[in-house]
Amino acid sequence: MLIATILLSALIIVGAVWVVALQNLFRAALSLGVVLLGIAGLFLVLEAEFLAFVQILVYVGAILTLVVFAIMLTAKLHLPGAAPISRKRLPAALASGALFALLASMSVTWTQASNPPEPAVALETLGQQLVTTLVLPFEVISLVLVASLVGAVAIAAQPSSSAR
Amino acid sequence: MTAAQLMLLVSSALVALGVYGMLTRRNAIGLLLAAELILNAAALNFVLFSRLFSHAHAQAFALFIIALAACEAVLGLAIVLSLFRTAKTVWADKVELLKG
Repeated sequence: MLIATILLSALIIVGAVWVVALQNLFRAALSLGVVLLGIAGLFLVLEAEFLAFVQILVYVGAILTLVVFAIMLTAKLHLPGAAPISRKRLPAALASGALFALLASMSVTWTQASNPPEPAVALETLGQQLVTTLVLPFEVISLVLVASLVGAVAIAAQPSSSAR
Repeated sequence: MTAAQLMLLVSSALVALGVYGMLTRRNAIGLLLAAELILNAAALNFVLFSRLFSHAHAQAFALFIIALAACEAVLGLAIVLSLFRTAKTVWADKVELLKG
């Protein structure tokens, strides 16, 4: 378990560095795919198989495809000089480094209470919780999803079609 | 170092890298990619603690995070496309339509 975690963590960190550091936005989006697949792998290590497949299906299958479409529609990657000049990197690196130091110090000092390892969450339990205790957030999420889809269509529609 | 601590470190690193990307990227789509990194770090923490404490609610909230990330990506990309159409740019610091 530790070996798989170390390998997947290295994959995720390298991919995440590529996501924020690569100048070519298309390559950054593809390395975001690497990060998302690595996190799905960590979900599998944590015995959350359903979430791993949802992650691959929704993130890699839908969101990443959408992002790649948007990049191809907007960024003129073939033009010379299309690579953007980044804003001040050193202050940003200092700020995020300080944030990482704060979070990492808490992560390293955190220790699990020494109880016997608990069983993994069964998918049946998750499903039952979703339709009993958590039914209100579940319905709110579905409402938000519908609202965002309608809003996206309203925002991205051609102005000529909305004038009719 | 246990596997749980390693995963906590990974999610801390993801948050920090996402903040770095938010601060340095000029392209609006690049900002969205950095936001996805931060959301994934949160989901990873939820699933990790769901496993450690054997609690189904945390997994359900990781599921909600994925759904909200889908909403965020859809709306963000719609805004970017409409911005590209009206302002002819995707640089986030070149958009000053609302400045009087």
